Amino acid sequence: MKLRDIVQIVEAEVLCGQDQLDIEVGAAVASDLMSDVLTLKCRDFLLITGLCNVQSIRTAEMSDIHAILYVRDKLVDLEMIALGEDNNMIIMRTPCSMFKTVGRLYTAGLKPVY
Amino acid sequence: MEFKFHVEGGDFTSAGTASSQIKKVLKQINIDPIIIKRVVVALYEAEVNIVAHAHHGDIKVKITPQQVYIRLDDEGPGIENVEKAMQKGFSTASSKVREMGFGAGMGLPNIKENADIFTVRSEVGKGTTLEITISTVNNG
Repeated sequence: MKLRDIVQIVEAEVLCGQDQLDIEVGAAVASDLMSDVLTLKCRDFLLITGLCNVQSIRTAEMSDIHAILYVRDKLVDLEMIALGEDNNMIIMRTPCSMFKTVGRLYTAGLKPVY
Repeated sequence: MEFKFHVEGGDFTSAGTASSQIKKVLKQINIDPIIIKRVVVALYEAEVNIVAHAHHGDIKVKITPQQVYIRLDDEGPGIENVEKAMQKGFSTASSKVREMGFGAGMGLPNIKENADIFTVRSEVGKGTTLEITISTVNNG
């Protein structure tokens, strides 16, 4: 699924990486626990989270995740966006809840990482 | 190549700076991305542990053609029971650490999972030393 489709499905706002929306993501994980995300062996999946802080970006950086979708219209500050830009990431934000976000994307065909 | 970093306890904003710099270096010297991920995940978990539990700490990273060797020395409360701390799910983390998305008792087990050689030495009331070695030659 293209990131552009994800943006449309969950009515997301793109906060950085607008020029990379044609990238395909094959799978996603939804978690607010970064410790869990760090145990995943796979790379290049979409991280859906309600944990909106610098450490969620750092966790994505270490885990080779290039796209993050923040749920519940969380406030993503400039420091986070700058760190995302430094790492060539796509950062998005949706007004949908975690449940609604995951439900819509799963129904549209986005696979879980496991 | 050798790198040194200082980490302050409680400074969650800077946590990950060392891991980020090491990741850039490993990419520049064309290390296998799967090995890079193992190194930086292990280092990041250990870096976050210093921020979460210690007063301060020092990180040394030595990169040779065969391996990445990481040593983290912190001054802090130490680990009372290392064997217990190595069990998945055991945690003494504060609520602040949990709010940051960590403290689920998965850090040390995940470092062990990613390392080829991993040792923990700790003295209660003094601090903890972690040594992590990951081979860059054999992906095993």
